[in-house]
Order: sequence, then structure tokens, then C-alpha cells
Amino acid sequence: MSFFSNTVVLLSKELRTEFRSRELLTTTVVFILVVLILFSFAISPTTDESREFGPGLLWLAILFAASLMLQPCFLREQSNDTLSSLRLAVSDPFSIFLAKLIANTLFLLLTELIMLPFFALFYNVPILPELPWLILVLFLGSLGISVTGTALSAISAQARMRELLLPLLLLPLLTPVLVVSATVTVSLFEREPIVKGKGIAFLAVFDVIFLTALWLFGEYLLEE
Amino acid sequence: MAPFKLSPTGLRFESIDKRYGGLYALRRVTLEISPGECAVLAGRNGSGKTTLLRIAGQLVRPSTGKLSFPASGADSSGNVRPGYVGHSTMVYDELTAEENLLLFAKLQKVESPIARAEDLLREVGLYERRASLVRTFSRGMRQRIAIARALIHGPSVLLLDEPATGLDGLGISWLANSLRELNRAGCTIVMSLHGESEISALATRAVRLEAGTVTADTATGASLHDILTFGAA
Amino acid sequence: MTKRIILGGAAILLVIASAYAAFFIAPEERTMGLIQRIFYFHVSSAWAGFTAFFLCFIGNLLYVWKRDQKYDWLAVSGAEVGLAFTTVVLITGPIWAHPVWGIWWTWDARLTSTFVLWLLYVSYLLLRSLVDEPDRRALLSSLFGIFAFLDVPLVFGAIRWWRTQHPQPVIMGGQGSGLDPTMKSVFFFSALAMHVFMLFLVAERYALEKMQTETDFLVREVEA
Repeated sequence: MSFFSNTVVLLSKELRTEFRSRELLTTTVVFILVVLILFSFAISPTTDESREFGPGLLWLAILFAASLMLQPCFLREQSNDTLSSLRLAVSDPFSIFLAKLIANTLFLLLTELIMLPFFALFYNVPILPELPWLILVLFLGSLGISVTGTALSAISAQARMRELLLPLLLLPLLTPVLVVSATVTVSLFEREPIVKGKGIAFLAVFDVIFLTALWLFGEYLLEE
Repeated sequence: MAPFKLSPTGLRFESIDKRYGGLYALRRVTLEISPGECAVLAGRNGSGKTTLLRIAGQLVRPSTGKLSFPASGADSSGNVRPGYVGHSTMVYDELTAEENLLLFAKLQKVESPIARAEDLLREVGLYERRASLVRTFSRGMRQRIAIARALIHGPSVLLLDEPATGLDGLGISWLANSLRELNRAGCTIVMSLHGESEISALATRAVRLEAGTVTADTATGASLHDILTFGAA
Repeated sequence: MTKRIILGGAAILLVIASAYAAFFIAPEERTMGLIQRIFYFHVSSAWAGFTAFFLCFIGNLLYVWKRDQKYDWLAVSGAEVGLAFTTVVLITGPIWAHPVWGIWWTWDARLTSTFVLWLLYVSYLLLRSLVDEPDRRALLSSLFGIFAFLDVPLVFGAIRWWRTQHPQPVIMGGQGSGLDPTMKSVFFFSALAMHVFMLFLVAERYALEKMQTETDFLVREVEA
């Protein structure tokens, strides 16, 4: 039981810290916006092309933004060695990870929801009809990104060149999430129910597998 | 500082080795610190003091050997959680003093966390600055919040790694007084120090580490003064 | 030492024999002609590479559990050899594709997945190069290696599903689709040869890593 209360306490710490400064949220929102705009300069899509390529570009932008947003996750615990005090204070190290990955998922999701209207505007996609499904895909995809990103952030924080290392480790690992999320998102704007069912199930499986792996191996990630 | 009734606890290091790759940070360290002692670890930088303290704090696992906490009281149940004060404050700059202490109190299931946090803030003289972000604190204040954090769960063992670093005369006096009070209340203290000071005067035991091994111990006849000043010559 | 020489000898003989079989024993394929023979090397390299990565995974798991250096030696050997074989797959794929389709790359499901696999293990080796302390390097890379290997089926699954949405020319047709019995035998013989060769390379790399680590240790002992 103390595991759950520890997770809640740590989660509220993560949320409080971020909402006080809002640095991660603002930089991530701006980053995705910039990337989406730059994409349309680079590709200059027609209206039909926008609808076809848009979702893929959105997910690509989300992935890039996330790989930057997740770097400070464990790095910021290094400056005052707060990772040690957390390790000393909690009964199960997984609560540290769980709190961080829930927080990261929420931040990502919030960023994406803020971006959605802009995305719909620039890429001419009708997001309203399938909004619930869209949010579900965004949630499952963001969860997958957070689980793996939080874990790898703990790894890269202990290596050299950590700023470059996290994207290098994370992006290949997230290929399945990119591919499936983008495909499902495209199909949502074209209304093919078969595609979305399988895709969403796949994302859920991805999330469960890596959440389990993090649960099994998390404590070793924090070892000194 | 220590409102709980502390059950005196000692530390026992049995043949502790710590290897990093091919290098030994600690080699066959066997040491017993009795409950209620105030022990000083002396040694040059790189002699293994920090490693030994981090092993005692259960932050680092020894490569071989065993650490235990023999208690002289009736209950020597389960987990002993020493308080640990390291080189860093181990608190969050972006949170206030109060928020930090509350965080660690809640995580460790301290009873009446709010009251406990307030008490500690008063004890360390930070009550007026409780709503300030730790980022704004001076070096001395940072040390005080670090110690408050280490004590939040009322530990019976307190570990400190060079706690006097960066403190001015007032800070050192305050630290010496606080440690004296804690030791009197039954808290076992193990700290690493450089040289003699108001703080080293509290020591009831001293151990010298050189290149990861124990080379002198007041328990086996060495003098406190010699152990503390060997490098200064 | 003699075991390694025998293994090496066997590997070389088998590889030469399988090359001979591929060129002279297997019948010529009707439509593609000579270039099809590359199939024997392409697919058997893929299998051998995959087995090597599996050995890396085993090494990773055992290291996290037992913390014995030798498992890390196994892991790095498996990863490097696996990467070598995977590189062969990525090179032979286009070599086949160009005469047959006139293009070098088609984002074919298997080849694309293999490329991601290649990226994952390049990241693995990159991570290793960025951690100096040997025990830390072994632990961190083992944990990443575990995550990477768990990702592999997800990568292959996701990309295959994605390809069913957007079909493209497939490199070498479906694997084993209507293989003539002689071709099948030659193929399995090639696979065997590649595996023996792979095991030989892993053994050599392992011995090299062992020697390197022991030398480093002795150097430090002398300096201390």
C-alpha cells in the first residue's frame, strides 16, 4: 500500500514542479508547432496530401519533442543528488518510475491536445468526428513514449553525451509506436474501423510489455 | 530534532570490498561501530570515506561483504534507515523548504508529517524561510535543510559526509551543537571529516582510511589527534 | 584453443561448401536467374544475425542477474557479430533488388524491420562507448539490450502490419514460398553454415574481450 501512496506523493511533486515553471510544457508545445510549420515548408503539401501525410508528420513531431522533453527527467535529479534521497525514502523504486512516467504521459498528452486545433487548421484534417478515438490513440502512443523514454532517460543520464544519446536510443525503439499510431490516425480521418481496432490493441500491447519490463528491471536502472 | 525515543543502533561492516571495474575503492573493511558512538572517518580524498558512508546508507551495494545494524535494544526488527547527509543537499531547489520536508516525511510514512516538518524547520532555524524556494538559500541554510531532511524520519543512525564543508564559524557551531544533542539522545553518528574542529571534538571514536583500508582505529589504541591530523603534517 | 581452431576450420569449410552449393547445386530460378542465388546468403545471414542478437539478450539477462563479467563479454560479442551479419543482409537486399526491380530500396517489410534492428544494436554499441566504467557499462547496456530485444518482435510486427496497408514490392518474394526441394536443402545447409560461422566469430570476439579485460586489470594492479 505504501507503494501507491508513494507514487501519488511523487506524482504530485512532479506535477507541482512542472506547473510552477511550465518550462517543459511551453518548450514542447512550441517545438511541435515549429516542426509542423517547417514540415509544411519542406513538403508544401496539397490539401489531399496534407490529410494523408499530416498524421505521420504530427507523430514524428511528437516523437522528436518527446525525446527532448524526456531528457531532464532524470538529469534534474542529478544536480542535487535528489535521486539518492528518493531512493532512500521510498520502499519500492518502481514508484519513482511510475510517478515520472504518469507525469510525462500527462505532459505529452496535454501538449498534444493543445496542438490538435493547430494541427487540424494547418493540415486540413477533420478531427472532430473521431475525436474520442483520436484521444485514445494519442494517449496509448504517449504512454508508450513515456514508459520507454522514462526508462531510457535513467540510462542516458549516466552516460556521456547524454543530450544526444537519449534520442539515439529512444527513436529506433519507438518505431512501432510511430508506425502504428500514424497509420491508425490516418485511418481515423478516413473512417476504416478495422484498422483502428488492431492498431489500438497493438499500442496497448506495446505499453504493457514495456511497463512490465520497467517494473521488473527498474531498480537496476537506479543502482549506483 | 529527535522527539522519538531512539533505539540505539550500531553498524557492523564485515569484510566489505567495493570494486569499480578493476579498482578497489574499499578493501576488506571490517569495522564495528557501537550503538550511541559518535565516530569520525578520516582520510584523504579518494581514501574511500564516501564509498563507505554510501554503503552504510544503503545507497551502494558492496561487491562482497556484509553490512548490518546490530541494535542494543530489544527490537532489532527489519529495516534500519540511516539518515544520510551527502555532498549535495539532496533536496529540490524548485520546491520550498516546507514542501521538501513534507515530501520526504510523507514518503517515509512519518506520523503527523506537517507537524514534524514544522518542528524540524524550527529546530534548524529555517521556520521563517519555510515558504522560500531552496534555490534562494545560502550555503549554510542549504546544509541545515539537508540535515533536516536526513532527520525527518527520526533515524537512530546519522551518516554525514564532510558536513562542515562551506560552513562559516556560526554554521560550524550550530552543527556541532546539533550533533551533540542528537548523540546525547542516543543517535549513532558516523561522519567523515578533514582535520580537527569543533565538530571532531565530539568524536568518541575515530577511524583512518587509506586507499580503501582501515589503517588506524581509536578502538585499537591509536590517538584521536593522530588520526585526525595525519595528513596535515 | 584447439576447440576454437576446430570451430574455425569447420566454419570456413561449411561456408565454402554452402557457397558451392548455392552456385552449383541449387537449380537456377526461372524468372530471376543468377541474382536469385544471393537469397541463400541473404536469408541465412539474417537468421544467423538474429541468433547472435539472441545470444546478446541471454548475456544481458544473465549479467543483470549474476553480475559476472563473462556474460557481458558474451553480450558484446553477440551484438557486434549480429550487427555484422545484419549489415550483410542490408547490403545483399539492394544488390538483389536492383537487377530485379530497377530500384535499390523498396521499404519492404522485412528489410525495413532489419534496418531498425540494425539501428537498435548500433545504439547499443554507441551506449557502451559512452560509459567508461566497466561495471556500469555492462549494467546499463544490458538493460538497454533487454529493452531493445523485447522491441524486436514489436518492430517486425508493426512494420509488417503497416505494409499490409501500403503494399510495395517485396524483396525475394515470400520466404519459402514454393521453394523447390533442392533449393530448400541448399538453403538449410547455408543457414547451418552461417550459424557455425557466427558461433566461431562470437567465440573469437569473446576471447578477445576476455583478454582485453584481463589485461586492463593487470595494468591497473601494476599501477596501483
